[in-house]
Amino acid sequence: MATEANGHSEGGLVFHPMDQFIVKPLFGDGAVGMFTFTNVALWLLLAVACVIALMVLGTSKRATVPTRVQSIAELAYGFVYKMVEDVTGKDAVKYFPYIFTLFMFIVFSNFLALIPTSFSPTSHIAVTAVLGFGVFIAVTALGFIKNGAGFLGLFWVSSAPLALRPILAVIELISYFVRPVSHSIRLAGNIMAGHAVLKVFAGFAAITAVAPLSILGITAIYALEVLVAFIQAYVFTILTCVYLKDALHPSH
Amino acid sequence: MATETTGTASACVGPDGSAIGMPQLCADWMPNQIFWLLIALIAIYFVLSRIALPRIATVLAERQGTITNDLAAAEDLKQKAVEAEEAYNKALADARAEAQEIIAKNKAEMQAELDKAIAKADAEIAAKAAESEKAIAVIRASAVESVEAVAKDTAGSIVAAVGGQADDAAIAAAVDAQMKG
Repeated sequence: MATEANGHSEGGLVFHPMDQFIVKPLFGDGAVGMFTFTNVALWLLLAVACVIALMVLGTSKRATVPTRVQSIAELAYGFVYKMVEDVTGKDAVKYFPYIFTLFMFIVFSNFLALIPTSFSPTSHIAVTAVLGFGVFIAVTALGFIKNGAGFLGLFWVSSAPLALRPILAVIELISYFVRPVSHSIRLAGNIMAGHAVLKVFAGFAAITAVAPLSILGITAIYALEVLVAFIQAYVFTILTCVYLKDALHPSH
Repeated sequence: MATETTGTASACVGPDGSAIGMPQLCADWMPNQIFWLLIALIAIYFVLSRIALPRIATVLAERQGTITNDLAAAEDLKQKAVEAEEAYNKALADARAEAQEIIAKNKAEMQAELDKAIAKADAEIAAKAAESEKAIAVIRASAVESVEAVAKDTAGSIVAAVGGQADDAAIAAAVDAQMKG
């Protein structure tokens, strides 16, 4: 996909839609080692800074009648808290801080990535796979700790006819192990595709005749991306809640 | 630990500075991304779970408490208002009943006085009427007497004129008989 796009650099049109995803060190020209301060590190830490600004500085007054920023912080808190409570159940409220961490991180990474010339960490499989597999491993471990071998009941559909149960168990098992893959690729794919499309539209702006159309296209896609940025964070969080519910209450 | 040997650029970036393939799949960068991601996640988790979430939970609980208290106070005040209205209505009804009573009493007194006055007037009128009756009776009696005397005189005169011998006793008897008629 990207190699094709690179091949189209004829005339005034230069497409490098994937260049925005290159990881590079911010200080010096050296190689990217594990601890190098890269653009990834910068935008991840900016996301942390934004979370702190909203959730800590925004609520520092502890006002009974909230300020605007405090309202937003409370809104985010209430939104995720209700999601955990409704989807996973009241007994899962003790896992709320973890789920809220995921939500705040993804939502701020996604929105910061919409700033032009920024870097989008959530478009990288390495980032979303850590999130997705982290959720998968944590939820599976929790399922076995809470229910012991009873957790395997998740794969044994007791409401189905006995003859069908082994087949269903295989299907359930496969779908269970596909979860972390789909969980992480969904987020990375959405963000990456959106940003690449923006770059492609921007590439067309080099042709004067098409430029207005291209700018219109960028505006439309950008609006869509704003929506996607929130929806993907929401989807990731609610799926985490669903998986957590399966781990806590494995019986169908 | 990523082993970097190429120096200036990674294997995933071409000589012209553009990406080769998908940068997302470049294994060279992954340790770096994962390392910083974990730092970011841990930082967010600690800030949220230690500072932000307890604080927001407290604020929300306090607000709920304030709202509940205010609602209770409002309910109290409403109750008081209702009581005040009831007291006012009661006072109004009492005043009205008292006024009614006073009016009724005054009316009764006035009626009694009026009745007395009417009775007195009736009695006076009756007395006057009786007196007049008596006077009329006296006048009528005297008139009859006069008529009798004139009739006797006239009869005696008529008898004498006719040439008869007038007998006073007979004339009186005849006149009396005529008068009784």
